[in-house]
Amino acid sequence: MTFINYASREINCKIVYYGPGLCGKTTNIQWIFEQANPDKRGKLVSLATETDRTLFFDFLPLDMGTVKGFKVRFHLYTVPGQVFYDASRKLILRGCDGIIFVADSQKARMEANIESIANLATNLKENGFDIRSIPYVLQLNKRDMPSAAQVAEMERLLRFRNEPMIEAVANKGTGVIETLKAAARQVLMELQRA
Amino acid sequence: MAKLDLMLYEEEYKLLQEIIGRLEKDASAKVVFLVDKNGQQIAAAGDVKSIDATSLASLTAGNVAATDGLAKLIGEKEFSLLFHEGEKDNLHISIVGKRGILVVIFDQNSSLALVRLRVKKASKELQEIFDQVEQRAQKESDSGSRFESPFSEITDEDIDRLFGD
Repeated sequence: MTFINYASREINCKIVYYGPGLCGKTTNIQWIFEQANPDKRGKLVSLATETDRTLFFDFLPLDMGTVKGFKVRFHLYTVPGQVFYDASRKLILRGCDGIIFVADSQKARMEANIESIANLATNLKENGFDIRSIPYVLQLNKRDMPSAAQVAEMERLLRFRNEPMIEAVANKGTGVIETLKAAARQVLMELQRA
Repeated sequence: MAKLDLMLYEEEYKLLQEIIGRLEKDASAKVVFLVDKNGQQIAAAGDVKSIDATSLASLTAGNVAATDGLAKLIGEKEFSLLFHEGEKDNLHISIVGKRGILVVIFDQNSSLALVRLRVKKASKELQEIFDQVEQRAQKESDSGSRFESPFSEITDEDIDRLFGD
């Protein structure tokens, strides 16, 4: 749910990184945080366990500049990927404007990817959204892993609506900005239709 | 879009700002924030600069959402009030209508009883404004005569520019 403030001429959009445990959601937004101009980024808030697993969410506000005289601000969130944190995941999807699904390219994680997409569909539905129409980007992360599945195979298993599909190595920054940009484009285009 | 966007016009924003400004004084609070349930800050009053407002808004919404989840688990609709007591500063969080959260930060210059009393009155006034905003949005969406979005002519170049391309 985009928040447009005509008084301060600001528009805030919420983008959520979703995906199975250890797929690299937090790594994506950490990389964005490290690369962003310090004047344009807010604080990176991470609610994580002692072993750095996301417990509730990570949050990064980003000032993107202006469009049509409105200051555009993205609020990036990640969800906890571990299966048993489902209640928390559901809460974070509340009022989201777009989803980035981070898939783990390792063959052994393919089932976890599929399960996570199914879980996303259910949780979006409970929040009043449809996975087939909400702004959505698929990121194939960890492309540098020796056990990575073929892109064509991942596409066959995970891509379901001709969404932008971006190959990435998030810990090296490859594909991270492209992914965010693809999501931002859809979210802002959605405003045009609204 | 699945739900109506929250759109605030200048006059509505001013009214909200006025109410929380008054609350800040009446409750002898340090800072008062009005936050959207999705974690976006709507308005603020008091010594705002002393706090990272964006993080506060997002964490408050997360906190309220988690507490909402707890309420439902035990069969309650919601817990309309959260209070966190610190050594010096305290945090009073309350729900306003369907989409607002009011956050009052106060120290020993005020008291929980005073804050509760003032929050109650302010909440009612805020609720009225939220209702108006919602009714207006509903009317605009029903009649299709909605105020033309400033983003109706957004282009690919506009988006590229945001990313510095």
